[in-house]
Amino acid sequence: MIRAFHRWPGLVALVLVTVLALSGAALSVFAAAERLAAPQADAGLSVATLTERIQLVYPGVEQVRRAPSGRITAFWFENGTPGAAVIDPATGQGVASADPNQMERWLTNLHRSLFLGDGGRIAMALGAAAMLVLAISGTLLVARRAGGWRRWFAPLRGPLAGRIHVEIARIAIFGLMVSSLTALWMTASTFDLLPDASDGPAFPAAVSGAVAMPVTDMALLVATPVNELRELSFPYPGDATDVFTLKTDQGTGYLDQGTGEVLGWADLTGLERVSETIYMLHTGQGAAVLGLILGLLALGVPVMGATGVLIWLAGRRARPRIHGNKTAGQAKTILLVGSEGGSTWGFAATLHKALTKAGQSVHVGPMSAFAPDRYANAERIIVLAATYGDGAAPASAKGFLDRLEALGHVPAIPLAVLGFGDRSFPAYCGFAKAVAAAAKAKGWPELLPLDTIERQSPQEFARWGHALGDALGIDLNLAYQPVPAPTRSLMLKSRRDYGSEAQAPAAILRFALPKVSLWHRLTGRGFGRFKAGDLIGIQPEGSPMPRFYSLASGHRDGFIEIVVRKHVGGLCSGQLMALQPGDSVRAFVRHNPAFHPDHSHTPLILIGAGTGIGPLAGFIRANRRQRPIHLFFGMRQRDSDFFYGDDLADWQTEGRLTDLITATSRGKQRRYVQDALRGDALEVTRLIRNGARIMVCGGRDMAAGVTDALADILAPTGLTPAALKAEGRYVEDVY
Amino acid sequence: MKSAFATLLLTTALTFPGLAMARQVTMTTQLSNYGGDGAYVALYVTDASGAYAGSLWMAGGKSKYYKHLTDWYRATGGDTAQINGITGASVGAGRSLEISLDLTDALFDAGYTLHIDAAVEDMRDSPNEVVVPLTTEGAGTPVPGRRYITNFTYDM
Repeated sequence: MIRAFHRWPGLVALVLVTVLALSGAALSVFAAAERLAAPQADAGLSVATLTERIQLVYPGVEQVRRAPSGRITAFWFENGTPGAAVIDPATGQGVASADPNQMERWLTNLHRSLFLGDGGRIAMALGAAAMLVLAISGTLLVARRAGGWRRWFAPLRGPLAGRIHVEIARIAIFGLMVSSLTALWMTASTFDLLPDASDGPAFPAAVSGAVAMPVTDMALLVATPVNELRELSFPYPGDATDVFTLKTDQGTGYLDQGTGEVLGWADLTGLERVSETIYMLHTGQGAAVLGLILGLLALGVPVMGATGVLIWLAGRRARPRIHGNKTAGQAKTILLVGSEGGSTWGFAATLHKALTKAGQSVHVGPMSAFAPDRYANAERIIVLAATYGDGAAPASAKGFLDRLEALGHVPAIPLAVLGFGDRSFPAYCGFAKAVAAAAKAKGWPELLPLDTIERQSPQEFARWGHALGDALGIDLNLAYQPVPAPTRSLMLKSRRDYGSEAQAPAAILRFALPKVSLWHRLTGRGFGRFKAGDLIGIQPEGSPMPRFYSLASGHRDGFIEIVVRKHVGGLCSGQLMALQPGDSVRAFVRHNPAFHPDHSHTPLILIGAGTGIGPLAGFIRANRRQRPIHLFFGMRQRDSDFFYGDDLADWQTEGRLTDLITATSRGKQRRYVQDALRGDALEVTRLIRNGARIMVCGGRDMAAGVTDALADILAPTGLTPAALKAEGRYVEDVY
Repeated sequence: MKSAFATLLLTTALTFPGLAMARQVTMTTQLSNYGGDGAYVALYVTDASGAYAGSLWMAGGKSKYYKHLTDWYRATGGDTAQINGITGASVGAGRSLEISLDLTDALFDAGYTLHIDAAVEDMRDSPNEVVVPLTTEGAGTPVPGRRYITNFTYDM
């Protein structure tokens, strides 16, 4: 729901908001430039002295004005011609032209009305309102995405466009709220919708009739410092009934031109003061630094606009069309989807297609449309649920738990819940677990126990599909293909063999980098840009489903490298292990930004076992800046399984690797990598206290062992692996 | 537009004894290229004693800015009833404002004076841009303005 409040105003008002932001940012520079260029008056200078100085230079002076920037302008009339100049208060001399800057005027008119008069003003006010709606809904989305208000500045994961969008938003959002709120106030004021204008004091009915008192004798002018002056208007020459009009920060008054007596005074009203403060906040006139800051923040708007559109397009592309969707009333199987970015819909479409092929009638809908009363013919309900942030409901599942809670009695037909998540997030499949727990608490019968899919794994999904097929008594093959990724042919350049002594042959395979089109190079798609830690999808012969391997090289290395171990009966690993230099496989790249080292210079603790060394070796190879890296590497046997053994020694000499600690799990002394960690507990603690980041790659059991070991090691410090994960300082790539 | 002026003159501002005779008067206000946004311009009449007699036209729609037409505002207290039905858009720099009115004969050669106040955003307020006695003789003679108005002419 919030997302809709963010998406639609964003897309509809994109151009308007961009024009507002760019012109506003440019205008903030003018306000600051005026402040810098204006000769400022001494603190003690009185209006009387200033006026006298000006009168000496320009005897025909009619008005003296002081802008909030401190710029003093005098207007005079001499020999039938009007004149004006910016005045140096120290001398009373004109120092610059008082003509308005044409560029600034042009920008101002663009900014507030698109040169279209009142219609344009209303359009721009709507733009400001859209900005405000975007800022508020965006704030809620950022908080939800980060997993709470306290984690407002938590590190981000995910695709680049989304990270840039949020990264800018969480800083700029405050400025944009100020700018848009003040804009709306100013528009309302312009259209007389606010009672913020006062009439000022009544014009004096009677004056002394005397003329020509020197301004330096007028008590109020002597008492008023220039820094409080706004405007002093002189009486018409030769009109004895006219008066001086003085406007200051306090209010407006009239002075008798013959006696200097104050003939009337009205203070600024409270609302006028509010309006002036708002004007200052919006324009930066009188608050140049604040204005520049707001202007700078406004520059984030076009970037957020562009990345926002990219995010929206990616979401649309990711959400497939569902052909032959049955109505909720007809269908025997109800498929409810809780998706945030749209990828879970892809799984739903695959499941819908497979079930329909197997003769089932299936309805697919969002979890937020959960309405058990409408499922007249349904025999089962299947929930596919992603998780947003720290266990929150994803966009298309809003309200599901409340609705379930409010049900008098749960449906009699059984339920299966499948969670989608990423173990590197603190609350893995948190929402799916919450749904399953709520259903259990309500006594909802179970079709299948809760299962989870890690990182959109097609293999895990296919496995769950078999379990579902068994429960339904049908043969269910779920061939989930996330995006039909275009594969390229990769030719094997060289291979280094390992593991024969451990009876588990393994190899480091190095493929030639295929030719990349300019477009892919520019957009960073395909093999155009990848890093160690990204994934390569290998398309084995005889299966539509790609298998993913972690990359041990980046595009800058000029080759594609992976570490593979042959699994018994493994289709893909078997084909890879059979490759000889010159042979080819089909493959594509999938970016995995969650498992990239950050760009800081804090120490890195890399922990890997077996083929999990791949991406870690890639990080070390790319460590040209000599960031401190400590590698913990677990292998079966040192003489057969020491992947990158020679390279690691070289990298250590070159300063790319600080420290290498190995553990071997076969042979006389059985030692796992987690044991190596415990053995080095003091050093590990010291590194983590100094802000070290931990990256783990390898099998699931190894990762769990490492987490336990770290929990023990860190116990005295009060830190926990969970807390480090929540901070983004502990990431895993687990298979 | 004409009908609006006619209404104004007969119903609101300028009621004079012996209203019977009226004539059509065209007033042309030519603005100079003063390099600013559209000008607010007020045309109004004072009698022989200098007292405010009535308004003829207000160019500029937002009443919150009327106080910058200093003398008009002082004379009327900013009373928008004075310009009901005789309000138009502000006048851009270099443009001219032409209005046609049915004015009573009694206004001419009787000591009445026409005043024009002008104001431009972020620029100097300019009350009494033009001050011209209403006489049959003076018709057709351009009168220069002080700041924003190049000249003003009324034709009968």
